[in-house]
Parts: sequence; structure tokens; C-alpha cells
Amino acid sequence: MPAAIRDVMPAFELFQPTSVADTLGLLERHGADAWVMGGGLDTFDWLKDRLRKPKVVVDLSAVAELRGIKDAGGGIEIGAMTTLTEVATNALVKERFGLLAEATGLVASPQIRNQGTMGGNVAQDARCWYYRAGWPCYRAGGNICYADTPTAVNREHAIFDADRCVAVNPSDTAPALIALDAQMVVRRGASELVVPAQDFFVGPGVDITRLTLLRPGDLLTAVRIPGTWAGKQFYFEKVRDRQVWDFALVNVASAINASGNAISEARLVVNGVSARPYRLEAVEAFVRGKARDEQTAEQAGALAVRGALPLRHNAYKVPLMKALVKRAIRGAGAWTS
Amino acid sequence: MDFVTWALSPWGENILIRISWDLFWASLVGGILFLVAHGGYMLFSPHHKRESGEVDRMEKERAGLPARIERHSFMARVFHWVMAVAMLALVFTAFLPVVGVKFAWVYWHWMAGILLTGSIIFHVIHATFFMDFWSIWLGPRDIPEAKAEIMRDFGVEIGGPKPGKYPLGNRLYHFAVLVAGVGAIASGLLMMSRVRTPIFERNPYLMGDAAYGLTYVIHGLTGVGFVGLIIAHIYFALRPEKFWITKSMIFGTISKREYLEHHDPDRWVATK
Repeated sequence: MPAAIRDVMPAFELFQPTSVADTLGLLERHGADAWVMGGGLDTFDWLKDRLRKPKVVVDLSAVAELRGIKDAGGGIEIGAMTTLTEVATNALVKERFGLLAEATGLVASPQIRNQGTMGGNVAQDARCWYYRAGWPCYRAGGNICYADTPTAVNREHAIFDADRCVAVNPSDTAPALIALDAQMVVRRGASELVVPAQDFFVGPGVDITRLTLLRPGDLLTAVRIPGTWAGKQFYFEKVRDRQVWDFALVNVASAINASGNAISEARLVVNGVSARPYRLEAVEAFVRGKARDEQTAEQAGALAVRGALPLRHNAYKVPLMKALVKRAIRGAGAWTS
Repeated sequence: MDFVTWALSPWGENILIRISWDLFWASLVGGILFLVAHGGYMLFSPHHKRESGEVDRMEKERAGLPARIERHSFMARVFHWVMAVAMLALVFTAFLPVVGVKFAWVYWHWMAGILLTGSIIFHVIHATFFMDFWSIWLGPRDIPEAKAEIMRDFGVEIGGPKPGKYPLGNRLYHFAVLVAGVGAIASGLLMMSRVRTPIFERNPYLMGDAAYGLTYVIHGLTGVGFVGLIIAHIYFALRPEKFWITKSMIFGTISKREYLEHHDPDRWVATK
């Protein structure tokens, strides 16, 4: 049954606060009835399909505090409402964290990057079409995964860590942020949580109805990237069906601290293969101290896909991911060899 | 308060999904209220125990009984505690996420379910061939005993028949656990067809949506039922006047006086 797309959204009360304090007050007052809207790109899909009918929408576009990129002692702090275009083109980001600039520049299309925000990109919901069609799957609170059935169309779905649900995280910026040891700043009522990016994302085993730890009433205010990885060697590659704009089938982000040709420290994160960005800690440990060469890349690729459990239509993701990890180890400029 | 959750299937049919988690809170609060009410009643009510003179007389008459009498064999105790661990693991892994403690619970839940199923299979065989099978069941012969128990709880001094090996409360509880346990295990095994386990091949279409919905509801109902049952069980196990039973489930034996005070030696003949 195709999704019934309608042009008219259900009625809701719209709030456009101008400060974080006002926003938190609204979220506290309306609790689970409130829907937080960043750039609106995920939101309007849900609302126009009439699959989410919040009583209240809190539009963050007028909260100036949530915008902008600040120097933070060798690192940077990016406001959650900073647009993806601003992140991709910002001189400081490009100079220190080219990985994030590159990943952000590959999100969707220029129009979407002009409207989409940093916070929205990391907090967006799963794009599994069974889920987005409004079917009562596990992620929607039901008791089945329609994408993990013998006849399902599951070309885009998970090959790792599926726990009842096989949806994947669709974000391009998320793996880059994890590779850069970023921290997510979340306001929860009067308290502020600073969460490592890796822990910000949750798998279906822990919470099958969400991709992040954000709960009703929470507000992601900023992303902080420490200076640890500033200026190191980065690699980002995204493979998608349509080059003009699409979600990643698989993407890879790596940050490597090299001493000569030897890898002294590495971060490798792949997305599009599980419900949370998939950090390859075993590969990171394996490549530490090794030469950055073809042999290491080959072994790293093989290690990366160990334990993959493909579905009926997505076995291609295994060699694809293996190839991307190899390229990430080889580094930019070498990948065509 | 909702009792069950419904959803619209891809074919436009209303299907059951699961129970409402309101029922979990109802069972939890109900269990706690019961123990508060019962505890208060036992503290302030004029309920009666049997006369001690009757037990003194029986002790003299049956002087040949050993000082300690085995109530639960070693294997029966092992089964009880394995089942207890499995049951607590099942309840905690099921409901901690509902109350907001998030962790990867599914794996632990079905593993505990397999442990429970295995222990129940063992218990059925053990009870059928190595224990007095009928001693735990309820029947019309228990009505006079139930009547006397109730009268004593309301302050009436009355003799009345004594139970065999298991007091009436034990047998009622066993029956409730049996009903809830069979429901939980049968529905749980069917639900495992929708998750990945190394035990059998996953088949999400083993049954139709309606049958799965009913299965999830049965599993939920028995699960929340166990919340109340476990609260009641732990409460009674810790009550001073029942603690001799709890000790016997740990050490295996009861004293001669406890045997004669709480049991009918003709209905439960102590063999050692």
C-alpha cells in the first residue's frame, strides 16, 4: 500500500520562541505533545503524510542562540540550528575539520543544505519506507518489522546490529562527528547533558522507537568538537544511488593521526549499515601502529565486515563497506589506485 | 486507561498490537496495595492461630517422628531457585525499559525465557515421576480447609482440617503461576519466531497479524500478572508466620513441631 501523501497538514498550535529558555519552557509545558522543528525537512514529511499529528510544533528558526559556529579553544562549537551550508562552507570548519565540511557538503542537495540544520541532520528519524509509510512496525510501536520479512524490499537496510528493526541511520554528518570525538549538548529541563556523539545515537535493542537518546522535552542545542583531531588526515566517502541528492547507501568517515607512514591513532565510522553509526573499534585497534599501505587497508576492510548479516536484497553492502573502509585507510588521493 | 493497543495494518484492518503499559502500573500498584492492606490487617486484626495444646498432644502421640522432616528435596529446591532467577530476570528485562531504564533487553529476556522453559520441563517430569503429583493440586476436598482458613482470618476460633504437604495458599499460588506461566511460555515461544535467535529459524509470517496480536496481548497480560504475583510471593515469603516455609525452601527441612502444627500427618506422611 503506497503512502497517502497529502498537501494539507493536520492542525497544530505553532510556537516560534526566540530564546532557548522560552523553548525549554514550551517543551516542559507541552511535554510529549510538542514536536521540535529545526529546518523542517524531516518534520514536514511526517506532518504532510499525516503520520505524526502533534498538538504543538515548536519552530526553532527564530532562536538566534542556536545558530553559528564558534571557536572553542582549538575546537569548535556549532549551534544546532546552523544550516548545513554554513557548516560546509565555514572557513574554521574547513581548516580544522575538513572531514565534517566534506560530509556536510554531501548531504542531499544545495537547496536542502540551505534549509537543513546540523541538529536536524543528526536527530532525523529513520527513512525505512515501511516505517515512513505509517505501517505498524516495531519502530512505530507495533510488533513486526515489515522490512525483515521474506518478501520485503530491504536494499537500503541494516547489515549489522539488527534487533527486530532493520532500519539504518540516514545521517551523513553523524559518522564524521563520531570520528572527530564530538560531543552533543542537550538541555533537559534545568540540566545540561554533554554526551559523546557515539552515545548520542541508540540502536533498536536499547530503544526501538528512537535513533537518538533525545526524549520528549529534550533540546539539542549544540555540537562541540574538541581540538584533538584538528588538522589530521581525514577521509569521507558517500555512495548513493543518485549523485544529485540521495541518502547514503553506505558512507565512511575516518580520521587518522599518522606519524610518517605509520598510523598512530585512527577513528573509523560507517553509516547506512545499522540503526546507529557503526564505529569500527576493532579496526581502529588493528590499524594502530601499522603502516598505511595496501596490506593494512585490505586487512582492515576484511575485519570491518566481520559479523555482517545481510538481508535478502542488501548483501551488496558487505563488499561496498569493505571497499570503503579500504579506501579510508589508504586515504584521499590513493583510492583510485 | 487503555487495556490494549490497536493499529491499522497495511491492509487497512484494525489489529491488536499489545497490552497498554497502563496495565503494568495497575499490576504494580495493585500488588503493593495488597501487601499494605494485608500487612495492616494482620497487624491489627483479631485473626486466630490454632491452639498450641493440640500440637503438644500430637507431638506426644507421634514421638517416633524424626526431629527434622524433609519438605523439599535438593532437586526441588534447585528447580525453585532457578525458576525464581529466570522469572525475576524476565520481569526486570521486560519492564525496566517500560519505566525508562533503557538497555538491550531482548537478548537477556529470551535467554531467561529459555531457562524458565527448561526448568519448567524439568519440574513437570520431576513432579510427575518423583514427587507426590496430586499434593499441589486444588479440588473440592479443599473447600472445608478454605472455609476454616477464612474464618480464622476473620477472628473466629475454629479447628478445621489441616492441609497435606502444601497449605491452601501455596496450592492457589501454584495454580495461578501455572496458568500465567503456561500463557507466558507458549506466547513467548511464538513471539520468538519474530526475533533472531540461534535456536530456530526466524519466520515472521508463522501466524497472521491477528494471531500475533493476540499472542502479544496474552504475553503482556501474563507478564503484568507476574508482577503482582511476584510481589505477593516475596511478601508472603518474608512474613514471620510463613517464614518457616521459606527456610524449608532454602535448607530443605522443617521441625517436627512445624510439621504437626501446619500439616495433617495423615494427608502428608513424612517418610524421613
